[in-house]
Amino acid sequence: MSFLQFDNVTKYYGNRPALQNVTCGMEPGRITGLLGPNGSGKTTMLKLAAGLLQPTAGRVLIGGAAPGPETKKLTAYLPDRVSLPRNFRASDAVALFADFYADFDAAKAVEMLRSLGVEASQRIASMSKGTQEKTQLCLTMSRGAKLFLLDEPLGGVDPATRDYILSTIIRGYTEDATLVISTHIIGDVERILDDVVFIQNGTVAVADSAEHLRETRGKSVDGIFREVFACL
Amino acid sequence: MEWSIRADRPVYLQLLEQLEAAVASGVYAPGERLPGVRELAAQAGVNPNTMQRALAELEARGLVRTQRTAGRTVTDDAQAIAAARRALAERHARDYLASARALGLDDNEAAALLAAVIQEG
Repeated sequence: MSFLQFDNVTKYYGNRPALQNVTCGMEPGRITGLLGPNGSGKTTMLKLAAGLLQPTAGRVLIGGAAPGPETKKLTAYLPDRVSLPRNFRASDAVALFADFYADFDAAKAVEMLRSLGVEASQRIASMSKGTQEKTQLCLTMSRGAKLFLLDEPLGGVDPATRDYILSTIIRGYTEDATLVISTHIIGDVERILDDVVFIQNGTVAVADSAEHLRETRGKSVDGIFREVFACL
Repeated sequence: MEWSIRADRPVYLQLLEQLEAAVASGVYAPGERLPGVRELAAQAGVNPNTMQRALAELEARGLVRTQRTAGRTVTDDAQAIAAARRALAERHARDYLASARALGLDDNEAAALLAAVIQEG
């Protein structure tokens, strides 16, 4: 069974459906790309897995258990917007994570921030959006979690830095962890994906391995994505 | 080593080709220890499982081997490396011939042109 399993999940916001009967699984030791246009339901899926939302129907299972305090200990979630207190320095954020998460490796975080050129003394408020995102990503990837949920980790980062961030993710994650990355910037991310799930209007449009898609369709995942979503 | 991975072909095949070329050309010397799977994957910007699969195939072809103590090393079998080099060079030679033919050269002209280019250095 998959480490992260969506089992016929439906989620309504008021009377507006965000997800409808979503069934899919994310495997340990593999990187899954959750791909879809804006508003397709990617963030909702990650929030459900992070235990921040409850499904309207169906269930989400992490290692066989419903999201709760126990699964949150195993889960490193990177939200799609910066959630660090603005008056914090980068070093305060490292201390906060060290207090909060037993699996947090502060030395690793400090080293990652240094290698990405983030000053420990810099305040969140004075950072560019890209630097704030890098800081938050370093903190998230420095956890020894079993499940990483990264919501648009490259959104505000310039293209030149993206490759560096991706190699940071590859070097950083715990062996046998389940990694889920949501993005609509597919071209930059697809080479690091094992599996892809295309989300279209709150339903699963395609779920396959990235290499199998390239082999059978003779196109990049990005090319297939453009094809699938062009006919909307 | 320098990697160049495109997204429109299976990444596994491209890794295999580029690793094979690196061993054949001595970028990784005979007997040299290779970086770990994850490090290689990070350098190439690809998925670690895909890199693992390419390395396993390279091992099946006898160009690298896994040693319990030393990790993964390039083979020190000079013959195996020479054979891989020859196979890759032959593939390039065939590509050249195909291009020359496509341009309308006959095979004598293609061979003469190659000889002339060699002479010019």
